Amino acid sequence: MRHIISMLMENEAGALSRVAGLFSARGYNIESLTVAPTEDESLSRMTIVTTGSNQIVEQITKQLNKLVDVVKLADITEGKHIERELMLIKLNVVSPEVRDEVKRLIDIFRGRIIDVSETTYILELTGTGEKLNAFIDAVDNKIILETVRSGVSGIARGDKSLGLTV
Amino acid sequence: MELNGADIVVQSLKDEGVEYVFGYPGGAVLHIYDALFKQDAVRHILVRHEQGATHAADGYARATGKAGVCLVTSGPGATNAVTGIATAHLDSIPMVVITGQVQTAYIGSDAFQEVDSVGITRPCVKHNFLVKDVNDIASTLKKAFYIATTGRPGPVVVDIPKDVTDPNIKVHYEYPSSVDMRSYSPTTKGNNRQIKKALELISSARRPMIYSGGGVILSGAHKELTEFTQKLGYPITNTLMGLGGYPGTDELFVGMLGMHGTYEANMAMHDCDVLIAIGARFDDRVTGDVKHFCPEAKIIHIDIDPSSISKNVRVDIPIVGDIKHVLTEMNNELGSYSNADNNDLANWWNQINLWRSKDCLGYDRKSELIKPQYVIETLYNVTNGEAFVTSDVGQHQMWAAQFYKFKSPYHWINSGGLGTMGFGLPAAIGAQLAHPKAEVACVTGEASIQMCIQELGTAMQYMLPLKVVTLNNRYMGMVRQWQEFFYESRYSHSYMEALPDFVKLAESYGHVGMRIEKPADVEGALKEAFAMKERLVFMDFITDKTENVYPMIAAGKAHNEMHMSSDRELA
Repeated sequence: MRHIISMLMENEAGALSRVAGLFSARGYNIESLTVAPTEDESLSRMTIVTTGSNQIVEQITKQLNKLVDVVKLADITEGKHIERELMLIKLNVVSPEVRDEVKRLIDIFRGRIIDVSETTYILELTGTGEKLNAFIDAVDNKIILETVRSGVSGIARGDKSLGLTV
Repeated sequence: MELNGADIVVQSLKDEGVEYVFGYPGGAVLHIYDALFKQDAVRHILVRHEQGATHAADGYARATGKAGVCLVTSGPGATNAVTGIATAHLDSIPMVVITGQVQTAYIGSDAFQEVDSVGITRPCVKHNFLVKDVNDIASTLKKAFYIATTGRPGPVVVDIPKDVTDPNIKVHYEYPSSVDMRSYSPTTKGNNRQIKKALELISSARRPMIYSGGGVILSGAHKELTEFTQKLGYPITNTLMGLGGYPGTDELFVGMLGMHGTYEANMAMHDCDVLIAIGARFDDRVTGDVKHFCPEAKIIHIDIDPSSISKNVRVDIPIVGDIKHVLTEMNNELGSYSNADNNDLANWWNQINLWRSKDCLGYDRKSELIKPQYVIETLYNVTNGEAFVTSDVGQHQMWAAQFYKFKSPYHWINSGGLGTMGFGLPAAIGAQLAHPKAEVACVTGEASIQMCIQELGTAMQYMLPLKVVTLNNRYMGMVRQWQEFFYESRYSHSYMEALPDFVKLAESYGHVGMRIEKPADVEGALKEAFAMKERLVFMDFITDKTENVYPMIAAGKAHNEMHMSSDRELA
């Protein structure tokens, strides 16, 4: 089963490698991992997407909780949640037909063109991983020059929040 | 008070109440060594190799329950310490290891004696720190001791670049009196509802079994465990790490369990209907095949580390908390629960005593060769069962665990988790410094002892009257045993050729050496050695090289699939 684990960590050097090291040392899967500082600059927020049986995911959350740098942790897939991923994709768009086709597609997917050159577009798209995959599938594979994906960011819906006070 | 970084390190150790620092100087820690030189509150013990420093600090910690402290230099100093750090980590031993680091400006430049100590030690510490500012030394050391000694204990590394201890930069010093970390607050008190559920199950058990481990000793809960067990009258087994947590001489004690545990302990584990696991972690050397582990039992597990719960074996009633707290609460409530049927318990004990009557630890007492078991039994008798016993790793370790009946905690000091050969001698140094008047024996083999034998020099320098009991069978005995059983006796590289003359070797360090070759001389030699209160005595017992450790459960087998010695096979 796929799980999204959301964590608040001390914003300290080495915190990321403690998490990455834990996953490799214990043979856990990481599908994606994102980390960035929060509004409180002493904290960073990490989102890990992992897969495993319930028993393994239980161990993963316990082992992560045991890391001294981890302040708070939640498996947000346990409740209602929203997940988003950002993708930047560079396409080779030489002919007017291809440009038109790409513009139509990006409209449908509610993305934006954020850079234009004589031969290329860079598009920006957000959504669930599935939506981004669907876009890639819809575009002619031959014109894709590069894709960059941020990995999943997730947040629980409603009153639930992963904060210091709550 | 204004102090420089080096003085702050030493003053912090003093304010933390540290008696001994085990270490070895080098470039990156010279400022700290200079600070050590100027005071005498914190005593420095100079080892011969950094691995020795970590094991000695570890031995000190295990013999006292306090944190052991090491000081080593950057680069090779730190890498040499890694084995000892990992040893402490696997057995959850509180330790603070200060490693020197190259100057902050040189970090990452492949400078002389630079390694990424924080990176290298990360997987084998409870936590580690790199201190980049002299103002952070005291608070970081305070945190290090706090983390090392609370919750599930473990080693903490504090890496300090040389410029941070610069003697010319002085800052305000105050050692923090307490620590508050929002990201670290171990649970100590057990959940009341879980405790009630556990007590109900415990009181309804028909074939109960208590299985306790090193956590009991780390928690200082041996008295509570003894009370708990004796109030219930239930059988108890200890893991290798848990020996001494319950008196090994008591009738309720059925011996150690696991791969080389007793027949009665393992059979009782297999047949029990309620298992009470206390501060034990269901290690593979204990469980054997987890699919056939305690097949009929409901399992209660008390442990301070939530990640230990249901890691290897699913448990029915977990209780997360400090064992001392939890057992105290359970003991207070036990009175209101009475065992439903004493008949069941009596029948259970009849069964256990039947298993016990097989005398699974029996060995040939008429042999003309020295049997290693006999040496340990005699050691036990000569020291009245009160010595601190350290060991290395292998057959001698198992015989020490089987035949030395530890009466109290902190007395059995061995590398159970990592299985580090070379641990015994330096660990004995730590234990002897912690208990200068006590008898300290290092039970070892001729192979293990050579892995840290240089520490004989340390023992001489500080006049530590250890007794080294070497069971010399001219083989890496446990390797030889596995090769005999599982590799059709192809003894690939397990024979110890070119052994030194240990008597002369000990003498060359200034110690007393003895070689004992006949069973009739064993007792006399041990008595003579222990009578030499001021001297280290190195006893080289030439033992039967074909002797194997029995009983044995082969790796991955169930508790009821034990092997006894070839002439004493059990059904």
